Amino acid sequence: MTISESKDLTFECETGNYHTFCPISCVAWLYQKIEDSFFLVIGTKTCGYFLQNSMGVMIFAEPRYAMAELEEGDISAQLNDYEELKRLCLQIKRDRNPSVIVWIGTCTTEIIKMDLEGMAPKLESEIGIPIVVARANGLDYAFTQGEDTVLAAMAQRCPSVSTSEINQKESNKFSSLFNFAQKKIQSNEQKLNLVDHQPLVLFGSLPDPVVTQLNLELQKQGITVSGWLPAKRYMELPIIKEGNYVCGVHPFLSRTATTLMRRRKCKLISAPFPIGPDGTRAWIEKICLSLGIEPKGLEEREQQIWDSLTDYLNLVRGKSVFFMGDNLLEVSLARFLIRCGMIVHEIGIPYMDKRYQAAELNLLEETCRKMGTAMPRIVEKPDNYNQIQRIQQLKPDLVITGMAQANPLEARGINTKWSVEFTFAQIHGFSNARDILELVTRPLRRKGNLRELGWNTLIE
Amino acid sequence: MKLAYWMYAGPAHIGTLRIASSFKKVHAIMHAPLGDDYFNVMRSMLERERDFTPVTASVVDRHVLARGSQEKVVNNITRKDSEENPDLIVLTPTCTSSILQEDLQNFVERASLESQADVLLADVNHYRVNELQAADRTLEQIVSFYIEKARKKGDIALQKTKIPSINLIGIFTLGFHNQHDCRELKKLFLDLGIEVNEILPENASVKNLKNLPQAWINIVPYREVGLMTAQYLQKEFDMPYIDITPIGLIETARFIRKIEQIINQLGGNVDFEPYIQQQTKAILETSPFVQTNKNSKNNNLPKKAIVFGGSTHASAITKILVREMGINVIWAGTYCKYDNTWFQEQVDGFCSSVLITEDHAEVGNLIAKTEPDVIFGTQMERHVGKRLNTPCGVISAPVHIQNFPLAYRPFLGYEGTKQINDLVFNALNLGKELALFEIFNDSSTHETFKHDISISWSPEALQELEKIPGFVRSRVKRNTETFAKEGKIASITLDVLYAAKENLTN
Repeated sequence: MTISESKDLTFECETGNYHTFCPISCVAWLYQKIEDSFFLVIGTKTCGYFLQNSMGVMIFAEPRYAMAELEEGDISAQLNDYEELKRLCLQIKRDRNPSVIVWIGTCTTEIIKMDLEGMAPKLESEIGIPIVVARANGLDYAFTQGEDTVLAAMAQRCPSVSTSEINQKESNKFSSLFNFAQKKIQSNEQKLNLVDHQPLVLFGSLPDPVVTQLNLELQKQGITVSGWLPAKRYMELPIIKEGNYVCGVHPFLSRTATTLMRRRKCKLISAPFPIGPDGTRAWIEKICLSLGIEPKGLEEREQQIWDSLTDYLNLVRGKSVFFMGDNLLEVSLARFLIRCGMIVHEIGIPYMDKRYQAAELNLLEETCRKMGTAMPRIVEKPDNYNQIQRIQQLKPDLVITGMAQANPLEARGINTKWSVEFTFAQIHGFSNARDILELVTRPLRRKGNLRELGWNTLIE
Repeated sequence: MKLAYWMYAGPAHIGTLRIASSFKKVHAIMHAPLGDDYFNVMRSMLERERDFTPVTASVVDRHVLARGSQEKVVNNITRKDSEENPDLIVLTPTCTSSILQEDLQNFVERASLESQADVLLADVNHYRVNELQAADRTLEQIVSFYIEKARKKGDIALQKTKIPSINLIGIFTLGFHNQHDCRELKKLFLDLGIEVNEILPENASVKNLKNLPQAWINIVPYREVGLMTAQYLQKEFDMPYIDITPIGLIETARFIRKIEQIINQLGGNVDFEPYIQQQTKAILETSPFVQTNKNSKNNNLPKKAIVFGGSTHASAITKILVREMGINVIWAGTYCKYDNTWFQEQVDGFCSSVLITEDHAEVGNLIAKTEPDVIFGTQMERHVGKRLNTPCGVISAPVHIQNFPLAYRPFLGYEGTKQINDLVFNALNLGKELALFEIFNDSSTHETFKHDISISWSPEALQELEKIPGFVRSRVKRNTETFAKEGKIASITLDVLYAAKENLTN
């Protein structure tokens, strides 16, 4: 096996024998994000066992999630699936009274061809709670793509007219009161001149503080974000009208993007993702460009962030990274790390949508040229076994990988960083660039301290 | 369909994988969709395994749904065979493959023609058995496969060892304190002059399974896993087995006496009585439940407990609490529904009622209703205890990282008895302390917020601050205010809040 360095990005595809989380894991962060939701995963004990163990302590906090555990009678259709789901959803309504129930279809519902999309509208009208269906199964998707399936389904539920336009008469007093309050906040908050532009809706689930930060960054350019998909509450899903601009914040939302373009007739702003100061700047610039706004002060802002990262940059410069690939954030993270001065050997990734990630891939190429480093190979559907052979050959300074491989690699003297942490940490926007490097350098810093003890490998 | 949030026992394939990956040079291939290999994460994280977990998936995707696995499974088996050279490959069905109804047996037969390794299809039905039952069955299946193989080749070892010896069956990966229990039992057998013939399946080689009949007795310390194997060996070779769990002084003594009895029946001549006396005395001399000292007046300890867990541990702990510590167990329960008769028999007379359920809410509700002073249960009961302000000692799987302590913490044998003494005593004492804290209105845990009056917070910034997790909030607040003061900023807005974050260098 030879590993050559190429002048262009190379794309390869392996066997798909890699470790990743099941996409149903998206319920773990989405139920927290959408506060009035309830996620019902229709699957087997296997799904339940995975969620229970992967959610860790969260499972004890009475999460707004449950399994509809399929039993033998459900599989052999001795039980009526509609009646069964109705019974469970009524119980959820009684106990939790959510504003929306999200059904997560799994491998099993796919194989037995349970018609969730068909049953949902009927049951919805019968019990009076919206039911959104997302097929986040391991047959088709990996890890974070689960969020993509949920948001694509939710994109169809976003109102196209505001509720105040519908019952203007009834709520006139109310909404004027509300507007008054809102104006007061705005005037209080800042004195920037907001530009009049086409409505912009952002999509991708982020913790609320990060939402606020990105909103603020855009506000500084005079841009108003009309809404986010998803919002804090299902009842607050943004209004989406034909011709609105939409822009994604995560690299794994290609279905959502497609749905917004094709079904909701929105214009997609194809931009790199706001991960790292370089990504954030490019993201804002691209949005400004699309909305006809002259971006201002971004170069200084980016430089200021880089300056504040000097201590970390000194640690990572010249070190090499290998992404085994499991959460689709890999390209954006690799691009940022190359800009930080690191060498990226391989970008493993479960699935590569070259159209949706086009701007990000361009920025990656541009960054490699600028930094004078070789183009990394992008390996779609990687084969973990082969990757470990390559890792042993390359001996990278850091392997970003799942928890199944982390400890064994560490025992072989290879530094690792668990990839899932990037999914749960706050990594978007200017302010959080530091957090990414905090994660990346943690194993390097710790190992530096322990090496002095003569520690190398733990296996014979 | 049933609404479920939490399960005590995992799905069947987990049991099979736990057995397979406990053996040396055995590789498991799961017929499963992407993401079902979460087992590898658990093993690597919980056991802190230094080696790659010998489990891979033959991934079921859309193409497999449309056309069937065809060559895929066979190729994956032969590929693993050449990459890793295992002695045995276990093809493991999952919930997905049970519905697909592919002829996995056929794949196994085809693959075994091409591969050096033996190939087996785990005989477990996902919808009929749980993790523990599947583990029990898989172990028996592997053992009987190699016994049959050895019989055919005629190299089975039937000659008993000269010194009395045992096989220890049921020690395996991700078991609750299994590693420590194993070490403790080995020490016990060493003390008794008994040879350990084979330990199954942890670190065992399938090549040695033909030596199993050499042992005098099979020891099955845990009810859940190993019994089927012991019964099989009894049927085939007339090997006696002992299924007493040596937890607590009384049961450990019974366990050792049983070994003595069988050895003497088989022509040995041993007397373990002095050993039992000596060990028991050593523990009784220090037991806080027997020896009261002035710091811990035994009588003041609360005495109403409940017990819930796997059948082995829940029943054994119930007995030890009642018989050896004088604690009143108001009810005991297990999630091993399939083994409910045995459990009922075990705890009969030791507690006033028995709860058999797999539903954690039912357990939680009964705990709330019966208001015990202390809980002995699984991680789930520990959290119920937290909510109800009741102390809890964890005595059984499902496991958690905390149940893989680095320090030596067996539950079995004499050392185990000491450890359980500590566990129970500390849990009881903690309850008492909590109550005392409340009585004296201890305020040391409440954080005192000092407001800096010269700096004001805008409502939005304050709201944002509220979103920051409690344990770092005060630090963020302090840092932001310092930042504002240094920059001579009078009012903290959202902008200032984030500027402070960006400015923060360590």
